Amino acid sequence: MTVSRIVAVARAVASKDLRIEWRSRVMTNQVLPFAAIVMVLFAFALDNDGILQRVAPGLVWMATLFTSLVVVQRSFAVEAADSAIDALRLAGVPAQGVYLGKVAALVVQLVVFEAVLAVLALILYRVNVDVHGAVLLVTTCILGSLGIAALAAVYGGLSVAGRGRETLLPLLLLPAVAPVLIGATRATESAFGSDGARVAEGWPWVGLLAVFGAIFLFGGTLGFGPLTDE
Amino acid sequence: MSNATTSVPPPTRTVATRNLGLIALGGSVVLALLGLFFTAEDVDQGSSVRIMYVHVPTAWVAYLAFVFTAACSAGHLWGKKHSLNLDRLAGASAEVGVIFMGVTLVTGSLWGRLSWGAYWQWDPRLTTTAFLFVTYVGYLAVRGLGGTHQQRAKRSAIVALFAVLEIPLVHFSVLIWRSLHQEATVLRPNGDVTMDGLMLFTLVFGVAVFTTIFAWLVLHRNRVLALLDAVELRGIDAALAARRAEEVTP
Amino acid sequence: MKETSVVDLHDAVVLLGSFPALAEATLTIERGELVVVHGANGAGKTTLLRLCAGLLPLARGSARVMGHDVGIDRAAVRASVGFLGHANGLYLDLSAGENLAFWGDVVGASRQEVDAAATRMGLTDRLLATPVSRLSAGQKRRTALAVMAVRRATLWLLDEPHAGLDAAGRDEIDALLRDAVAAGATVIVASHELERSASLATRRIEVVGGRISEAGGRT
Repeated sequence: MTVSRIVAVARAVASKDLRIEWRSRVMTNQVLPFAAIVMVLFAFALDNDGILQRVAPGLVWMATLFTSLVVVQRSFAVEAADSAIDALRLAGVPAQGVYLGKVAALVVQLVVFEAVLAVLALILYRVNVDVHGAVLLVTTCILGSLGIAALAAVYGGLSVAGRGRETLLPLLLLPAVAPVLIGATRATESAFGSDGARVAEGWPWVGLLAVFGAIFLFGGTLGFGPLTDE
Repeated sequence: MSNATTSVPPPTRTVATRNLGLIALGGSVVLALLGLFFTAEDVDQGSSVRIMYVHVPTAWVAYLAFVFTAACSAGHLWGKKHSLNLDRLAGASAEVGVIFMGVTLVTGSLWGRLSWGAYWQWDPRLTTTAFLFVTYVGYLAVRGLGGTHQQRAKRSAIVALFAVLEIPLVHFSVLIWRSLHQEATVLRPNGDVTMDGLMLFTLVFGVAVFTTIFAWLVLHRNRVLALLDAVELRGIDAALAARRAEEVTP
Repeated sequence: MKETSVVDLHDAVVLLGSFPALAEATLTIERGELVVVHGANGAGKTTLLRLCAGLLPLARGSARVMGHDVGIDRAAVRASVGFLGHANGLYLDLSAGENLAFWGDVVGASRQEVDAAATRMGLTDRLLATPVSRLSAGQKRRTALAVMAVRRATLWLLDEPHAGLDAAGRDEIDALLRDAVAAGATVIVASHELERSASLATRRIEVVGGRISEAGGRT
């Protein structure tokens, strides 16, 4: 179980996941509209342009979190459909490779979602972003997605097998991902200039996101195998 | 070889546990007297400060419980025998911890209401406590997923380690988050209390008493869990016998 | 226990929930055998196979597969065992060829090995380009068997591989299984088909109420 084997497995799993998504278009045809509707509904519920602009960062990341639940469920449903996940376990394929591959594919999908959500925030909530803010925003999206994906893949693996398990994912994931939510929202506030926040204030939060992401990724790499091995 | 040996549940009718119970009971009475009568009122908060003698110890015990759960989980995962006793201890500790955490949240909320007029404050400790409450409810849900006892133990142990990781992370994040806001020095009720000698003693004594209560509860709950596991194993014996009996001789 | 034993179970108990799907099963299988497992639905055939595949934990008794103790280290068993259950373990949105390529990448097999496995299982280029969701049951089975060949499994466990196939499909599967044994693998097949297995197998066993007995003796 060398590092190169794990990397090879991760690459194969990630490209397989992305290829499946590309073919089936479930994310783009179903989940993306869902996320967009959520953003619109927030506006209905809050009904105040000034407030919307101020809370836009929080709304973007809340929508991201809810979307991530669906994305992860789908990611593991694909594995369970024809018991491919059993086959992967059975073949003695290094679980760390499977985990890292799944995380990589999730990060890509989440970043795409966040890009769309951010654009929607620009349009719907009248947020403004300059170049520096944009750089901060992109970095935040990538690192925030990493933290969410690293945790979601672990709990997603646990919640896939068996009855009554699907509802475990939100219960386990949402509390655990709170630090990422806090960091990502604060950084995004700086990127959007909400409430007088300046771009420079956002970078420390990005650093924090990187630390969280690293911790969760490390923990997940170790824990995914034993946790999903029934 | 994984023969299921019916493990003997740790006994709880020993002299030691009985003494523990008596100490816990006696200590509680003394604590109640001290807390309700003998300690002085606070200059600002009046009598409502007395909630502190319950709120702070239960908070301490709740965190202790979860660290203990994590320690037992680690012991199970990395110990040579992968002891199921450690797994059950982890489970018992988490159950008791969740209860204490609920008490912490309720007493903290009431105290805030009495002192500052607000049922909730977004200070690091209270917020982290709320998060942990949900997290460990999730942990208990994972414990209930079924399968063999070893499967449950391994699965729960890993989730427990992830959960305990959360304590510093959430606390730290909330701390930094709230420090940004002008109400930075969110005056936690007990942050403003000037304590004389007796109050301080009562507080520490309260922590000791509640820890004793915690230990007593965990020991007894652990025994119940062991008995439940033993009943399940007996059930397997019965099911095996039933299957053997249903076999039609060809 | 002889050193050449591929499977060695002694009073093995496997629980599904709290139900003992295998209730003190005893069985020994030697290398190069082609064993057919009979039994009614719910008797424990699938559980037996999944135990030997290292997919299920052992509640009681002992089980050694390919020299590894299943009770202690299930993971070690898996590398040399191929399991084909009711599901095929394929990704429905990808083509057969993409599935094989994925498995080749994941087990570190070369392009040639993957092509050789595809050819052995009779998968034409046209089939390889078709999404798995559009293949027939027999074609999916053959793809799954090709995956097993790519994985270089030495113990093949198949749970009712003939199910859902027409007569020609079943003959194909039998031929592939005989080839596998000839190439050095040991094969255990669960099947309902009594007449077919008589010609296919070197040995037949029966699972009743979670326990195992020999059926009709060795041929």
